[in-house]
Formats: sequence, structure tokens, C-alpha cells
Amino acid sequence: MDLAATLLDGVLLGGLYALFAAGLSLIFGVMRLVNIAHGDLILLSAFVALTVTTYFRIHPLFSLLLVVPLMAILGYALQRAVFNRTLGEDILPPLLVSFGLSVFLQNALLQIFRADSQRLHAGPLETWHIDLPFGITMGALPFLMFIVAVLVIGGLQLLLYRTALGRALRAVSDDGEIAQLMGINNAHLYGVAMAISLAVVSVAGVFLGIRANFDPSIGPTRLIFAFEAIIIGGLGDLWGTLAGGVILGVAQTLGGRINPGYQILAGHLVFLAILTVRPQGFFPRTR
Amino acid sequence: MIERIQVERSSRASRFLAVVGLFLLGLLIAAPLFGNRSILYLLVEIFVYIALASLWNLLAGYTGLVSIGQQAFVGLGGYSLFALTIFTGMPPLVAVLVAGIISALFAIPTGFVVFRFKGAYFAIGSWVVAEVYRLTFAQVSALGGGSGTSLPVEIVRHIANSRAERDSVIYWTGLAIVVGVLMVIYLILRSRWGLALTAIRDSEAAAESVGVDNYRTKFLIYFLAAGATGSIGALISLQKLRISPDAAFSVNDWTAFVIFIVVIGGIGRMEGPFIGTILFFILREFFADLGSWYLMFLGLFAIVTMLIMPKGIAGWLAERFDLQIFPLGRRIILPKGKQIAFSQFDTSETSERRSTTKVNDD
Amino acid sequence: MPVKLLETRGLIAFYGDFQALFGIDFQIESGETIAVIGSNGAGKSTFLKSLVGLVRTKAETISFDGQAIWGKPAYRIIDQGISLVPEGRRLFPSLTVEENLSIGAYSRRKGPWDLEAVYTVFPVLKEKRTLPGTALSGGQQQMAALGRALMANPKLLLCDEISLGLAPIVIREIYEQLERITANETTVILVEQDVKQAMTVADRVYCFREGRVVLEGRPTELGREQITKAYFGV
Repeated sequence: MDLAATLLDGVLLGGLYALFAAGLSLIFGVMRLVNIAHGDLILLSAFVALTVTTYFRIHPLFSLLLVVPLMAILGYALQRAVFNRTLGEDILPPLLVSFGLSVFLQNALLQIFRADSQRLHAGPLETWHIDLPFGITMGALPFLMFIVAVLVIGGLQLLLYRTALGRALRAVSDDGEIAQLMGINNAHLYGVAMAISLAVVSVAGVFLGIRANFDPSIGPTRLIFAFEAIIIGGLGDLWGTLAGGVILGVAQTLGGRINPGYQILAGHLVFLAILTVRPQGFFPRTR
Repeated sequence: MIERIQVERSSRASRFLAVVGLFLLGLLIAAPLFGNRSILYLLVEIFVYIALASLWNLLAGYTGLVSIGQQAFVGLGGYSLFALTIFTGMPPLVAVLVAGIISALFAIPTGFVVFRFKGAYFAIGSWVVAEVYRLTFAQVSALGGGSGTSLPVEIVRHIANSRAERDSVIYWTGLAIVVGVLMVIYLILRSRWGLALTAIRDSEAAAESVGVDNYRTKFLIYFLAAGATGSIGALISLQKLRISPDAAFSVNDWTAFVIFIVVIGGIGRMEGPFIGTILFFILREFFADLGSWYLMFLGLFAIVTMLIMPKGIAGWLAERFDLQIFPLGRRIILPKGKQIAFSQFDTSETSERRSTTKVNDD
Repeated sequence: MPVKLLETRGLIAFYGDFQALFGIDFQIESGETIAVIGSNGAGKSTFLKSLVGLVRTKAETISFDGQAIWGKPAYRIIDQGISLVPEGRRLFPSLTVEENLSIGAYSRRKGPWDLEAVYTVFPVLKEKRTLPGTALSGGQQQMAALGRALMANPKLLLCDEISLGLAPIVIREIYEQLERITANETTVILVEQDVKQAMTVADRVYCFREGRVVLEGRPTELGREQITKAYFGV
């Protein structure tokens, strides 16, 4: 059934959007930082993966072994050198600095890679499919993407709720002043949070690159999708973000079914409608 | 015995600069008489950016509304102008005004939605809304759809008969708009309203506790800014004689550049947009052919400015030399001639105050 | 032989531009319990926060255990062995009771205090250990906050108004436990508004007023009138 296939597409797409959103959600939770450059960092990961796969001639999924640590280190450095200096009560500095970073990144990527559309080639994986009942076929790649999203979010939850580091991150997000009294070096921990965020971002970037054509200008739209997934799902809960991503994905694929030009617009409209009717999202975590 | 203490609003320096300003204005009014086409075009661009930057400064620097979505109203204004002139035959200059009114009206439902967000999420939310407008207008084939449309010749002729006259008319309209916008902003800031805005920006809770209606005040400013931005957008499209969704709703042109101008020029100060715009156009003169390098540089410049000089150039000048062009502060003159200057919008304490979560860093 | 554990000379502290302390000279020996008393706004809490590096300060010296600690960031001072039970408890709402205690051990200092030890002193915490920190009563939260500070195995324990907002019977219970704890060679500085309670456990007393030390001595040597005068400045 065509409709079922569209719905399935949307759900699986939601996995990718949840991946976009998870990193953003984490750093907002820990340090109330909204990183406007988030989408461009996703693109940066995709381009780094492109470089790595071209240079070493390996499969994009293998490139993750290099891309993830690289982006994590970048995240730590970025946080400690730049963003830590902007944290405080005023929302302007982090917003404007991340905005400046966004413009810088987009144009740096443009300068290095030009505006051409790129793609990460995943080989036979791209055409594999799984046959489901009712005559629906599910692409192996979208399915893999969704599984990875679930694993990443599960992993983040495990990290946050079952490890000492996660405990420290939650403490810092609750009360930065008292966290220091535990012997926590806030500056370092914020760096770690950003490193984790960019590690997740890099996974998202690689999958983005495999799934569709990309170029330096599409960063901001990815940020918007991430943002929408978080808001629809409700702030504070990563599984909620997954749900939010799925809802967004389905809204988009359904809209795209009516008219391909309507795809993104449909997502925005559903987002705005949910925001108007239920501003706290569907699964907000009440603190 | 209690001696009378005087409160002075403007200093000798600012009064002098006011005279200079009037002289400058006279020159600008007379410009079409001796300026050529490209100079007039450039001046209109400068007016547009000064106006947009001043409005964004009012929103973000004074009201605390950091919007990355003002391009929504630039585009709305532009498309309103095209729709009004093409479909109703309205005279273009009148349409510029009406486009502003239409934008302001659209700001009501728009504001209702985005005001559900606070802080940084408001910023992204405003961007989403702008995207919705862009994508929606790209579907309107009557106005050219995704590739846009040009202003029909009859309407262009409707502005004025000769090309030279048209340039002058558009120029004077631009000048009128920027002067109007600046005057309104100045009056708002100088009034009790201006104090309310600073209060909101510094602490919403405290502002409410002294009776400021935060929501209404912010909404009103948002509404006015949208209207003014709409008229500016109409003028932009009028001058270009062409409109397309990507150009009219461009984040880069109408928001990124504006933000850079305000941040580098000095946020929270009326002089900021002026300094920023001048600097922006100088940089553009010399570096714009470098394409992406130019934008990379702007981005970096904004980051560095925010980190080491968060008040921008205007803020630095005000702090270092107590220099203000627009008399918005209040100076207390003690008996025996000693002066204490309280800059109305000086929040050096609040922004430099170390938050108790000291982040010890490099 | 008594060992000077902590000493400050000429300690000045600021909140923003507002000066809260005007040159505090203070010392405490290993094993001592000192109570810092004074009315609201006298600077007592600021003093404790200054010691752990949470407030902007200037001083001739602040030395702890022979080392100068002025200017060090808070997390390093904790590593050296000073723990603060902050005013208002300030447990982490996102963490359970047990997690709140565990995070107290983040600095991994060695010593007698671990989860079991804390649960022995405060059994009610063991009962409620999976609840969020804020689901406890005021007294229980205070015990948790105290336990959390102890988990860092401090050489010097700072307690900021631990009786605030608690019923007298609860306060008594907490102070009883505190005596057990301090018998254990932990050095304690107590900030208290409840002067009587403070005097029962303290070896020495400092009285602050308006950011300055106005009285200092042993509880047995200080008369009621003397203290009242110093406290209120009348």
C-alpha cells in the first residue's frame, strides 16, 4: 500500500531527524546553549567524511571511525576556546557567536568544496531492501539509520543515567555553582558535553551524506529540523525527541506525497500547529 | 539644606553633533541634484541597512527579542508591494506604505506563534516562520512562484516618467523611511517606554514587578518593527524592480548582515547601527569580490567582537570616552559642577558581572 | 600539638561591585569546631563561599593545610579537602538521593566516608535512596546534603545554616549526628543563626557584623551580654 510505504518512510526519516536533534538537545540540557551552527556542523561532518572516504577509499560507515573522534575533539576545543567564554545569564553572546560560527562554517565549506552537490556512496547497501508483508519494501539503509538512531539515543540515556560522567553532567545542568563544590570542573565538563554532541552530530552527518545529496548551504535547514523534532517531542527527554523526529518525518513524507514541493513546508506547518495547540510538546519532562 | 540637583539629557557634544546631523540631512536631501545613479543606489542601500539594523537593535538590544526571522517581513513587504501594484493598480509609493501596514498585520498571528518561545528558541522559531513564508510564496505562481517575477513596465513608469526622476523618487522615499524609522525609535527610547524596554531586557521578573506589561510591550515593539521592516522590504523590491522568494526572504542579506552590523557597531546603542553600516559598506567595497572569504571574515569578526568587545564599537566609545551621539542618557549635575553620568542603557554591570557559576577557563 | 588547618588574613570579598567582607582574620586548628554567628547579611555565608572559591576575593593570605589556596578555582579547593554544605541544601533535583551522595565522592578523596558509612549515620537516606533528591522532607534533605559533603572525605567541613527552616527536634537530631561526625577528627566551621545550638557544639566562636569580625573566643569565656552586644552592635 502506497500510504503505508509513505508512513514507513516518514518514520525511518524520523530516525535521522532524531539524530540531528539529539546532540542539540544534550547541550541545551547541560548548559542552556542553543548552537545555531549545529546544522553546519552536521554538514562539516559530512564533508569530513567525504574527504576521508575519498582519500582512504573506504566505505562511509568505516569513515565513522575517524570522523567521530575528530569531531569530538573539535567539539571539546570549540567549547573550551569559544563557547565557554559566552556562557552566563545573557543569551545574546552564545547566540551571536554561534550565528557567526554558522556563517563562517558555511562559507569555509563553500570555499573549500565549492557549491556542488556531493554524496557519500554506500555501495550495495544503497539498494538492499527488506520485503515486508502487505507488499511494502523497506530500504536497508533507512532502516539501519533508524536502528542507529535508537542505539545512539539509548546510549546517551545510558550515559546520562548509569554512569558517573552522566551523573556529573546532570548535576552541572541542575546547578552549576554547587556542581563545582563536588569537585567538578565545569569548564571541562561543558567541553565533554560538546564533544559528545559533536560525536552524535558526526554520525548524523555521515548518514545525511549517504541518504541524500548535500552541499554547504543546507546546514541551517538541518538545524531547523532538529529544533522542530525537539519541540514537538518536548524538551528534556531524548526518547521524546525520537518521537518528535518521527512525527516530523511522517508529516514531511505525507506532505511530499501530495506534492514534492510541499514536503518541507508540511513539516513546518505541522510543527507550528503543534506548537500553537500544545506548546510543551508531546512528552515533556517535568523537572 | 538640600541643594537642587539638575538632570541633563544632552551634553554639549551631542547638541553640536545634532547640528552637524541636520546639515548632513540637508546634503542628503539635495543629493539627487548632483549625485549620479550609482551613488543614489548605494545611498538607498545604506539607508536600508541603517534602518534594518536600527530596528533589529531595537528588538534585540533593547527589548530582548533576538529574531533571526525579520526577513519574513522584508519578503512580505516586497510581495505585498508587487501584489498591490500588479493586482490593484495602487500607486507604487502608496503601496510601499500599505505594504508596511500589511506586514504589521501579519505580525499579529506570527507574533502570537513565536512568542510562545523564549530566548534562543524564539530566535530559531522566528527563523522557521520566515522559512514558512518563503516556501509558501514560492508556491504562488501568480507572483512568479519559485523563480519570482519582475515589476511590469507600466508600474515602473507609474513611479515617475523618466529614469532619473524614478531614481530620485525612490531615493527620497528611502531617505524618508530611514529618517522616519530613526525618529520613531529615538522617541520611543527617550520616552518612558524606553525605560520599560531596558527594564525588560535586564530582568523580566523585576520589570513585571514594577508594573511593566512585558508581553504587551514586547508584542507592540515587534508589531511596529514588522511594519517598518515591511515598508523597507517593499522599497528594496521596488528599487530592484524584481522579486523572488530566495532574494526577498534571504537570511543572509536581511538578517546575517544586519546582525553583523549591529553586533560590530554596538548592540544596545543607537549609534551602533550607524557605525556598523559604515564599516560594513567599507568592508564590502574592498573585500566583496573575495566572495566566501569575505563572509568567512565577517563571521569571524562577529565572533571575536562578541568575545572581546561585546558592546561593539559604539559601546567601547561610550565607555572609554563617554561619547554618545544620540542623547539618551541622563546626566546628574551635582552642585559645585561635579558631574555623574548615568547612561540610560549602560548595563556594564549586568553583562560583565561574573555569574556565580564561574567557568574557569584558559 | 594543635595544627593550624586554615588561616585567613585580611580577607575581602565582593558580590559584583558590592563589598561583603572587609578584612577577615580567622584561624582554625585541626579537630576544632568553630561557630560563626551573626545576623542576616553579616557576611557569614559569604565567608564560607570565599573559602571554597565561589566568590570574588582579595586577601593577604588564605592558606589551608599549609598551602595557599587564594585564587584557586572551587573544584581544586574541593580536591584539597574542604567541603561545603551550602545554605538551602541545594540537592540536585535531577539526581536521586543515592546519586546525590555518590556525586559527593566525585573528587575521589580517600577516607572513612562512603555510601555505607553515610547510610549508617542517616538510615532514613538508605530507605529513600531511589527517590529524587527533592522528594525528601527538609530535615532529610539536610541530612543528604551533609552526607553529600562528607562523601568527599574532607579535612575541613563547612556548614552553612544547616538548621534553617527545620523543626527543633530535627535540628537536635542533626546536631547529634554532627557531634558524632566531628568526633571523627573532622574540623568543622558552622555558620548558624541559632546561637544557642551553635554554642553547644563549638570549641570557639566568631561573631560577624557587617562584614567584620567583632568578637571571638570560647563559649565558656563569652558572656551572654557580650555576645548580644557584638551580634546587634548596640
